[in-house]
Amino acid sequence: MRTYLDFEKPIAELESRIEDLRGMEKSADVNVNDEISRLEVKAQKLLSDTYSNLTRWQKTSVARHAQRPHFCDYIEGLTEDFTPLAGDRSFGEDEAIVGGPARFRGRSVMFIGHEKGRDTESRLKHNFGSARPEGYRKAIRLMEMAERFHMPVVSLVDTAGAYPGLGAEERGQAEAIATCTEKCLGLGSPLISVIVGEGGSGGAVAIAAGNRVMMLEHSIYSVISPEGCASILWRDAQARGDNKAPDAAEAMKIAASDLLELGVIDQIISEPLGGAHRDVKATIERLGDAVEHAIHDLEDLSPEELRKQRREKFLNIGRVGLA
Amino acid sequence: MNWLSDITPPGIKKIFRNQSDSGDTLWTKCPACSEMIFNRDLEANLHVCPSCDHHMKIDVTERLNALFDDGKWKKIKLPEVAVDPLKFRDEKKYTDRLREYRKKTGEEDAIVIGVGKVDGVTTVVAVQNFAFMGGSMGMGLGEGIIRAAEEAVSRKAPFVMFTASGGARMQEGILSLMQMPRTTIAVQMVKEAGLPYVVVLTNPTTGGVTASYAMLGDVHLAEPGALIGFAGPRVIEQTIREKLPEGFQRAEYLHDKGMVDMVVPRKELRETLGGLLRVFTRHGVKAKPAAKPEKKADNETSNVTSLPAPTAKANDTVSKSGQDTDGLDKAAE
Ligand SMILES: [Zn+2]
Repeated sequence: MRTYLDFEKPIAELESRIEDLRGMEKSADVNVNDEISRLEVKAQKLLSDTYSNLTRWQKTSVARHAQRPHFCDYIEGLTEDFTPLAGDRSFGEDEAIVGGPARFRGRSVMFIGHEKGRDTESRLKHNFGSARPEGYRKAIRLMEMAERFHMPVVSLVDTAGAYPGLGAEERGQAEAIATCTEKCLGLGSPLISVIVGEGGSGGAVAIAAGNRVMMLEHSIYSVISPEGCASILWRDAQARGDNKAPDAAEAMKIAASDLLELGVIDQIISEPLGGAHRDVKATIERLGDAVEHAIHDLEDLSPEELRKQRREKFLNIGRVGLA
Repeated sequence: MNWLSDITPPGIKKIFRNQSDSGDTLWTKCPACSEMIFNRDLEANLHVCPSCDHHMKIDVTERLNALFDDGKWKKIKLPEVAVDPLKFRDEKKYTDRLREYRKKTGEEDAIVIGVGKVDGVTTVVAVQNFAFMGGSMGMGLGEGIIRAAEEAVSRKAPFVMFTASGGARMQEGILSLMQMPRTTIAVQMVKEAGLPYVVVLTNPTTGGVTASYAMLGDVHLAEPGALIGFAGPRVIEQTIREKLPEGFQRAEYLHDKGMVDMVVPRKELRETLGGLLRVFTRHGVKAKPAAKPEKKADNETSNVTSLPAPTAKANDTVSKSGQDTDGLDKAAE
């Protein structure tokens, strides 16, 4: 069963009519087949029109779509011999961030990423992709391991944000995020980061300060969630019951195209027509291709060159290419 | 030396303005113990309540005046940054908000950078200005911290960072978030140069600021009672749906949890910092008469003559971290 988003209603209606007609197909005449073809063309056109004009708030719901591919799907689709490693060696294991070494298209690569989970059970297990300090400390551990074995690191970002809990604060959430960001920036291996769904605030950037930062076409990357921003900056309107999250999403410019224009990301990976959830397999392949290219571009650089490239890239943000 | 061109005199106007402001009301009520305090006494006590030691907010300039020897310091101009690249507008236009705060504080952004001597050690000190949009971190602040780090590296001076911030400046969107890695790079530059980076956490320090340069210090000091955390208490309460324990996310709590080295009352900060900085820079330690260096390096200033140099090896270290105070005294006079 496909989950349709609010703005996909006209598409849903068309597709359900097509389904109904298909049910009649066997017993019916040629006209039904013609009608099906006609509606299919119409549905494709509608899908294409809708998805090429998504508002930033609509993109937010695409980025959070329940059927959007997650970290574990990319691992399954792209790697062999993936060995998930657990624990920060200090306090515990945090499954909001999953990671481990794997074979990827002829290379050994360290994969690290947020996993939101798919059903109630796995969502709880992965804490909806909101990591605690242990998750970031595990990420640091894995990056250090990658460095030791001269493996490139690929980080896939998909989180609403780091977990705002009592225990997380007690164990130094801020310090863990800061140190993880510092590790990214000082890493002697290539670091390729892809925002695959939600890139939420410090909890995202902590594993995304890479040599190459890419975004899937309909993913979002922002300093605070549209809802969070609305509740602070549109306090009065929100208090009156107006939903200002769509306005916040627009104002903060959280879409991949915005970030490319602002010079914050290097590349957009286009999604199949109708978004990643419509063709998970194709999305995974496209991400694999982009990551493979990036690794190829970076793998001959020395640790020093990699650090220098990363540093210059981030220092240039806001200095170069802004109007 | 090109850093000289960056230098502007300290905010003289501001000091006067604040004094006349405080002239309007003679007394301040302590928010903690409700004691009425004569403003002049409060200022003399660095805005710490004389009866209960509650640490109130202190003006950035007042803090720097109190910290640097004889109140002498030079202000470093903030780099210019792109203004409002997102053309952000909420219930107000961001450019209007910016204009308002610039007028109100007399500062360009939420940070003031000063260079001077702290207990004899030339030090770059950056202070976040909570009065400027809640000390929020945007491009101006990020570039300021990078600038301060570069100043520290070029002077071979320690970098002391006073944090106070509600977090990111949402009006700069993703560019605000990018200040987390960018300021982290600033810290790395200081550390790579072998210079000490000391953070003083003041009330409040939360959000992306805590999760970047505020938690990357060689040493973390904190003012008593300061709220320090990643997520704000309200957000946490909404998430876990229970009341937070007394003292949660306060400086003393972070000390107990191993995130802060020392909770230091404001009045003792200068002395504590001075001690730390002297140790880190090997400054001011009395040289043994028998172990005086045989010759001085050409560029040594009068300041360096008081440096210890018991052995040749130590002498190397000294000249490496030696203080370039050239120009400072002249400008500070
Ligand atoms: Zn009091």
